[in-house]
Amino acid sequence: MTEIQAGAGAAVEAAPVSQDVPAIELDNVVKEYVSHGEVVRAVKGVSLAITEGEFFSLLGPSGCGKTTSMRMIAGFEDPTGGVVRLHGEDVTSVPPNKRDVNMVFQSYALFPHMNVWDNVAFGLRRRKVPDAEIRRRVGEILEVVDLVGREKRRPKEMSGGQQQRVALARALVNRPRALLLDEPLGALDLKLRQAMQIELKRIQREVGITFVYVTHDQGEALTMSDRIAVMNDGLVEQLAEPREIYERPSTKFVAGFIGTSNLLSGAVQTVSGDTAVLALGPSDRIVIPVDGTVSAGDTVDLTVRPEKITITKEQPAGDLSVVRGTVSEVVYLGTYNSYLVVLADGAEITVFEQNAHDSTITAERGDTVWLSWQPRHSYELR
Amino acid sequence: MNRLRAALTPYALIFPGGLWLAIFFVVPTIVMLSLSLQSGDVVNGFAFTFNWHSYVDGIANFHDQIIRSVLYGLAATVIQIIVGFPVAYWIAFRGGSRKSVYLFLLLLPFLVSFVLRTISWQFFLSDNGLLLGPLKSAGLVPQDFHILATSVAVIGGLAYNFLPFMVLPIYVALERIDPRVLEAAQDLYAGRTQTFLRVVLPLSMPGVFAGVLMTFVPATSDYVNASVLGGTGNTMIGNVIQNQFLVNQDYPTASALSFTLMALLLVGIFVYARALGTDDVLEVAAR
Repeated sequence: MTEIQAGAGAAVEAAPVSQDVPAIELDNVVKEYVSHGEVVRAVKGVSLAITEGEFFSLLGPSGCGKTTSMRMIAGFEDPTGGVVRLHGEDVTSVPPNKRDVNMVFQSYALFPHMNVWDNVAFGLRRRKVPDAEIRRRVGEILEVVDLVGREKRRPKEMSGGQQQRVALARALVNRPRALLLDEPLGALDLKLRQAMQIELKRIQREVGITFVYVTHDQGEALTMSDRIAVMNDGLVEQLAEPREIYERPSTKFVAGFIGTSNLLSGAVQTVSGDTAVLALGPSDRIVIPVDGTVSAGDTVDLTVRPEKITITKEQPAGDLSVVRGTVSEVVYLGTYNSYLVVLADGAEITVFEQNAHDSTITAERGDTVWLSWQPRHSYELR
Repeated sequence: MNRLRAALTPYALIFPGGLWLAIFFVVPTIVMLSLSLQSGDVVNGFAFTFNWHSYVDGIANFHDQIIRSVLYGLAATVIQIIVGFPVAYWIAFRGGSRKSVYLFLLLLPFLVSFVLRTISWQFFLSDNGLLLGPLKSAGLVPQDFHILATSVAVIGGLAYNFLPFMVLPIYVALERIDPRVLEAAQDLYAGRTQTFLRVVLPLSMPGVFAGVLMTFVPATSDYVNASVLGGTGNTMIGNVIQNQFLVNQDYPTASALSFTLMALLLVGIFVYARALGTDDVLEVAAR
């Protein structure tokens, strides 16, 4: 792909906007449908503020309300309640064709009867941009998405990846204040998808437009986003940067949805300052950081990532969280070994062990092992 | 063996249809072509003489009816587009889960024979019938007002009788439009009118194209509507051909007229397909 031209870079800059006002704001937005005589609450009160120039992802399983939320930003759905603001302006009842955002659809939704050039020029023509400027801007954006020389092709004569770039160009050429992308890579194969992830991020950096990205693919969201809102059942579960979402999932759902997590629960034995000690079995001792609302006797849920756990045959020394269990499964995965360990109370814990040294395996199926991790690597979940 | 079988399969599949066409279309066409070039009469028999006069005389005597047929066919087709497009649009985009019900309702009258439907229109439109009777007794129209035996009645009948053949192809074309494509148009600043003109209409053109072919051809060569709903001034070429065949038994003239009509329609279709069936129209619409 060609590097973006200096002129093109300047050309796709949006009008100057205040950094203080969020580019997009959802204020307690609710969407209800009536389906087969029953009211379905697709979005149950979502509030979020997306900053200018941010790559923001709405991540969640299908039916979590992420696409509906995005469609309310685009104007294709009228919220049942709440307010949608674009750059501080209430656009809740503004139709899509009057909103300064553009969308890249999941199936691209290119105009099948138009060639690439006419597809990309569609928005500018509707806005009565002068012909000379249309020619310049369409030419520039086709260079950005590497489609120069394919102007006369029809969508059906192009590959999925090319169609995807036409869809991107068709939206970006209008220099929208924000670009909405609805699972745009879903139809591509893995290799192309990974290439397009990097490509999208590059384009976003170059044009400096706010991107709102809807996906159910956690890897995609973690790779590209500045911030992620993890959604479940019509609500935002956690809104944070990718690293924090992964390292410090705040709810059971997020911990389970993002990566592999071990979910444990146990009764608090003692609380001292900002740490609490839990006991699962006779030889187990789990130390977790707490915020002061926990007292002895409470049952708390906690999570710890598989790669944070050390597996040993001897009891480890030091101020670690320690549990004892039996190995029920060992899987060799090349860069790491994966162990499934069953604890005394029946809870299952997955442990990843890096193949950093020798290719020897620490434990075999049926071995009794000790699992240990730093107290700061486990968190209480709500 | 398998290879041979694979090679023969397409021919085997086309054989029944091909045979049907050969017997009931190709053979009669050749017989007619031969007839149109014969001379003689029913009593003394016909002989093949390369008699071009049937064509020359036929066109000379009946060019009024030929022109009238084409005009009636065109008028009926235009009416069908105007009436049929909104119907197809409504069923495709507003029909919701009841689409098939509406399509069935559209086709329901057509379970009744073509001739019977036309005759019922005759009753309906007759000088003191269901429509004009009450209007006349209420004094809303003059006593000598009539619709039957006018070109309005014939064109109306034609437009009515072939309407589903216009609605169905347009419906199919509209139904195939991805609703996301319409959303994309809206997203790219097109209002309702622009979305319709730039996206819906061009994407429905294949349906309109097929609809025109399927209605213009039978409407132009129809004779039932003109004989049931029309008067002496509304004779179409179909009536002439029917008369020549069955009443006058002038087979050469009837065949010559049939071929003239067929040639005319073929040329018309060809020109039409060249003008509208290509991408050029869509390219213009894309702007």
